[in-house]
Amino acid sequence: MEFFTLHDFMTYSKGITYLVMGAILIFMPLYWLYLTDRDD
Amino acid sequence: MGQEKAIAQKQLFTPFNVVAGIILFVGLILTILRFTKGIGAVTNLDNNNPWGLWIGFDLMCGVALAAGGYVTSSACYVFGLKKYHSAVRPAILTAFLGYALVVFALHYDVGRPWKLPYPIFVSQGTSSLLFEVGLCVFLYLTVLFIEFTPAAFEWLGFKKIRAWVVRLTLVLTIFGVVLSTLHQSSLGALFQIAPSKLHPLWYSGYLHVYFFISSMFAGMSMVIFEGTLAHRWLHDKMDETHLAEAEGVVLGFGKAASFVMMGYFGIKVIGIAVDNSWHYLTTGWGLWFLVEMIGFVLLPAILYSVGSREKNTFLIRIAAVWSILGIILNRLNISVIAFNWHLPSAERYCPSFMEVGTTIFIVTVGVVVYKFIVTRMPILHEHPDYKEDH
Repeated sequence: MEFFTLHDFMTYSKGITYLVMGAILIFMPLYWLYLTDRDD
Repeated sequence: MGQEKAIAQKQLFTPFNVVAGIILFVGLILTILRFTKGIGAVTNLDNNNPWGLWIGFDLMCGVALAAGGYVTSSACYVFGLKKYHSAVRPAILTAFLGYALVVFALHYDVGRPWKLPYPIFVSQGTSSLLFEVGLCVFLYLTVLFIEFTPAAFEWLGFKKIRAWVVRLTLVLTIFGVVLSTLHQSSLGALFQIAPSKLHPLWYSGYLHVYFFISSMFAGMSMVIFEGTLAHRWLHDKMDETHLAEAEGVVLGFGKAASFVMMGYFGIKVIGIAVDNSWHYLTTGWGLWFLVEMIGFVLLPAILYSVGSREKNTFLIRIAAVWSILGIILNRLNISVIAFNWHLPSAERYCPSFMEVGTTIFIVTVGVVVYKFIVTRMPILHEHPDYKEDH
């Protein structure tokens, strides 16, 4: 990926970051359910 | 009489005492060398590498692994999880000794011990992160000392002053959490002023957040690990309450550590995404970074989760040791291994055997003092006079 302006870089890196954040927001509650589903 | 003397000698010359005695003797010689011949005589430090093993391990790892104090006391007193009460005193003691040894070890690195109060009382560098770290460690060590004193007062029979200190528990716990939040993160922030020296995979604008979050599971892992050692070697010092609650502590802390570690792994990925450092992952340094992240964060987190779900304390205890090694690797990577990564190998830092010896000496001092206190004071058991007092 080539960047010519700071705007290019920010658009790309922030775009990926938001996708990662979204994935984590979905994953972490599911992981908590996985950790606790056998609790009494 | 002769038989009694022989038994006393047998008790004195245990394998632990002999090994500890040898290490302490060698450590004292190294201490004399350090303070008479100077830092250059015992270390491989230079102007390119002014911080070495004593900062990377004794201070960075010491502070992270002493986080069990604030984690356990806040779980018990702030969040009301009283089922972890039996873990509080051992955790506070470990934290207190950990921080005391951090300050002790810092003398070896800084020198001139009589100047220790200067940054706090004489010449405050209020714009420096190191001042903030120093102030927090000074205050938190005082807090931990006060939190530890009830055990000492129970042992000495000082009932009135003990009752007075116990009333401060909640205030001290909150103060401890605030101070820990500040200085655990500030230790990471210290490296944010060196973006050109620290490898981009470890450098991040979120370094302070990483240090704070990782200190949480470092503390929890340390509580589990220390409990395991205490069960193995100091079983006779534990009362029924402690033994009955031990499994709950391991399962609860294992589950919490697993969740926090997964979150930590997630925010580390966010850090790479923000800086767009993906391309470094295919280099040799990237491989080493993946060893740390997958081998020492993700895998122990998964092992913790399997152990918690299966109620398998053995797996959790293995995961605890694994996580502690991961924290040590992370702190050493940031402060020593991936620091000055661009320098030619001839100019890279490698600790001298005397630095390693001094570090082993300092850890041994901690173990000996811990054993001395635990075998005398009500740490792993409740004092019979105060059984209903919490």
